[in-house]
Amino acid sequence: MKEVLLKIKRQDNPQTKPYWEEFKVPLTPKMNVISCLLEIQKNPVNVKGQQTTPIVWDCNCLEEVCGACTMIINGIARQACAALVENLTQPIVLQPLTKFPLVRDLMVDRIKMFENLKKIRAWVPIDGTYYLGPGPKVSQSVQEKVYPISTCMTCGCCMEACPYVNNKSNYMGPTAMAQVYLFNSHPTGAMEKEKRLDAITGDGGIADCGKALNCERVCPKEIPLVSIIGELNRQTTFRSFSRWLFK
Amino acid sequence: MSVQYHYIARRLHSLSGLIPVGVFLLVHLFINSFVLKGPEAYNQAVELLNSSAVTPWLEVFLIGIPIAYHGFYGLWVTYVSKTNMFRYQYFRNWMFYLQRITAVITLIFVLWHVYVLRIARIFTGTEMTYDIFHQWASNPNYFVIYIIGFLAAIFHFANGLWAFAFSWGITIGPESRKIWTYICVLIFVVLGIAGINILTAFK
Repeated sequence: MKEVLLKIKRQDNPQTKPYWEEFKVPLTPKMNVISCLLEIQKNPVNVKGQQTTPIVWDCNCLEEVCGACTMIINGIARQACAALVENLTQPIVLQPLTKFPLVRDLMVDRIKMFENLKKIRAWVPIDGTYYLGPGPKVSQSVQEKVYPISTCMTCGCCMEACPYVNNKSNYMGPTAMAQVYLFNSHPTGAMEKEKRLDAITGDGGIADCGKALNCERVCPKEIPLVSIIGELNRQTTFRSFSRWLFK
Repeated sequence: MSVQYHYIARRLHSLSGLIPVGVFLLVHLFINSFVLKGPEAYNQAVELLNSSAVTPWLEVFLIGIPIAYHGFYGLWVTYVSKTNMFRYQYFRNWMFYLQRITAVITLIFVLWHVYVLRIARIFTGTEMTYDIFHQWASNPNYFVIYIIGFLAAIFHFANGLWAFAFSWGITIGPESRKIWTYICVLIFVVLGIAGINILTAFK
């Protein structure tokens, strides 16, 4: 029987030290990393034959739409559900994302990205005390341009690959920038355009981008993050000058 | 809303790299290029510069302070980054790393260069002439240091031009970024050849 060898970085809680543990699971057709982890869960015995605890990881949709199962697989941040064993070199090395606080094993707390979305007002303001009527139409060309951005699942791949998302820097990361662009493109969302642009000219804003441009390369949804940041660079440039010159 | 100090500091850092520091780098190369016409032409050019009463003011306010800001704030910017070019081996990620490596090399080189040739001169009172640089350039060790320092500086300048265009929202789409990359490479090659010729002329 063919087997899959996995090397997993484990950590029992944020205070303890991480350690590596290897596992062998039977290979089944069309297997992905999640199904390997499920096999370990059924029989949590490592390659040395020692009984151990099952691996803790996060997952939800299992079709690369929710982003919950993002982890570092053979060195690259990606979704475990979309990582097919047949396309991976063995041993398959699994590590938790390094840019987020660790919970346990492969599970991290990605709330930071949600907090960033709040900072940049990533919503269309429609709350009111009376019926506001139907919103304005969005043109076909705008729809086509922003649709890829709306597929962002805040998985954190771009955050993981970005040299400026780390403990020493407050940079909100490419994901937040993309959402500024998305909601500024919406006719109703655009009513708060200046607020969003001001949010990304603040602390942890767009100026922290170091132009390594890894974000676009690792984005599983192929969102044109670099062009988006480039266009926001232009908008924040004009915005910051006009804020000053019209004062 | 409050003034966006962080944003302004970063953008000033980007701007100062081009104006005045980058422009000064070009002027510096241009003045040194007089050596290609012989020692006398070089000495005359240096004398002309030093004969103006404004030169020391320009040196402090247009060169010294902007370089210090760009250099030391840039060190902080470098410190807060976490490079990963071995894990994510993409062209721009390597450029990102090289930009920071050349930044540190250039800063050390410039500090040494300015101390030895400009600040020490205030105490000793020696005039800057072709003969002094000839002595420096004739020493193989110093010559190599100069080549490394110079290439690091123009790499940082050329790649910095690329980054400047992106940071200020001039090049946005992939096509414009690509063409600008080619132009920046060309700038690096042309300045590199010019500079090495000038350095060799001092030998």
